[in-house]
Amino acid sequence: MSALVKSSLARKWVMALSGLFLVVFLTQHFVINITSVIAPDTFNEWSHFMGYNPLVQYVAQPILLGGLIVHFVMGIILELQNNKARPVKYAQFSGNSNSQWVSRNMIITGLVVLAFLGLHMYDFWAHEMQYKYISFLEEDSTRYYAETVAKFQPVWRTVIYVISFILLAMHLWHGFNSSFQSMGLKSVRKGEGIKKFCYAWSILIPAGFILIALYHHFNPLTA
Amino acid sequence: MKLTLKIWRQAGPDQKGKLVTYPLDGVDGDMSFLEMMDILNEELVNKGEEPVEFDHDCREGICGSCNMMINGQPHGPQKLTTTCQLHMRKFNDGDTITIEPWRAAAFPVIKDLIVDRTSFDRIQQAGAYVSVNTSGNTQDANAIPIEKAKADEAFHSATCIGCGACVAACKNASAMLFTSAKVSQYALLPQGEVEATQRVQNMVRQMDIEGFGNCTNTGACMVECPKGIKLENIARMNREYLKAETIG
Repeated sequence: MSALVKSSLARKWVMALSGLFLVVFLTQHFVINITSVIAPDTFNEWSHFMGYNPLVQYVAQPILLGGLIVHFVMGIILELQNNKARPVKYAQFSGNSNSQWVSRNMIITGLVVLAFLGLHMYDFWAHEMQYKYISFLEEDSTRYYAETVAKFQPVWRTVIYVISFILLAMHLWHGFNSSFQSMGLKSVRKGEGIKKFCYAWSILIPAGFILIALYHHFNPLTA
Repeated sequence: MKLTLKIWRQAGPDQKGKLVTYPLDGVDGDMSFLEMMDILNEELVNKGEEPVEFDHDCREGICGSCNMMINGQPHGPQKLTTTCQLHMRKFNDGDTITIEPWRAAAFPVIKDLIVDRTSFDRIQQAGAYVSVNTSGNTQDANAIPIEKAKADEAFHSATCIGCGACVAACKNASAMLFTSAKVSQYALLPQGEVEATQRVQNMVRQMDIEGFGNCTNTGACMVECPKGIKLENIARMNREYLKAETIG
């Protein structure tokens, strides 16, 4: 068991499991967010639940943060180790002839998504902290929809969100499908089906987030 | 055919190397890549210069010795081919061809295009075998019935020639495809069951000790493998390893 913890295969497992955990979270996040387009009252209700339920706040949120940190830290460790495994680089390397750009540059798309998370946390999480624990404002289960729509009014923010979701899609395109391979769940028989499902999900969910951002940008609330 | 060759020259393991340019004329499309290298070396020897050192043996795609990174691709632009099987008709008159050795910390350069691949040997020695009594009472392999599909898959995994193209192609210099092929060729057969647990544990441990990079599933190894060893081997090794470390 101790060998497992130290092995390169364990690092793959950690990357894969933390990544899959974040995929599950992203799906749940999308399900809530899409209600802001199709049913604003439901969006308010679910957002209020997420914002005030103690289980979500004090159990789920720290676990989510932990999963994110593990995924990020392991990604950096892998990148550093992999650089060490090839100290002298090739003068000519035709990576595009044998692999996808996204698969070779997960660190780039990952860092962009991480930077986006900083903005996203500032926009919504920091705002919530201010509302609840600094300004001590009263609970209001009807405020979330209007606040979200208002956030997407500046063009710069909407553009950043759209670009970030495109980069997220690229990250997921390789990462989601890859996690099944890392965990040894792929075989000749199941491999193609898993790949198709992962590719479809990797496009549809970020595309859905883009749709939500654009919808709110082009549909401001009138006073 | 007239070519310009840019070849990595390095006098020894601890020496600094560099790409040296050589013009070469009279190359025929029917020549193999190694024959082209032979012609260059003849010219160099005739001029009193040191020939380019490169590994080669069988020249029919089975020994896995003729390792060259050609224009940024292991074994050159043709898929499912070793360098010795690559013909010069794949190139055009006037082309510039860059030739480098495999690059990996676990494959240190010995001289010019020759690298030390004994790290692969050590991975194999760690577990890629079955212990059989060879005292004269050895059981016939065919005495144990094996499902045809499994036998074929094991055979396909066993066609890995250990050339190292997988490591050379991988952006992380990972040896997962090689190690997993060697694990798979036994894991799929009943003869390999006895030592299955320690085999995968020891081979993965040795692979890590040798300093290969981590697999990030880019799939470049499979595309560049001259024998078409499949990525499913890596998934199988991941399964076998987890099983070995948890269930035993």
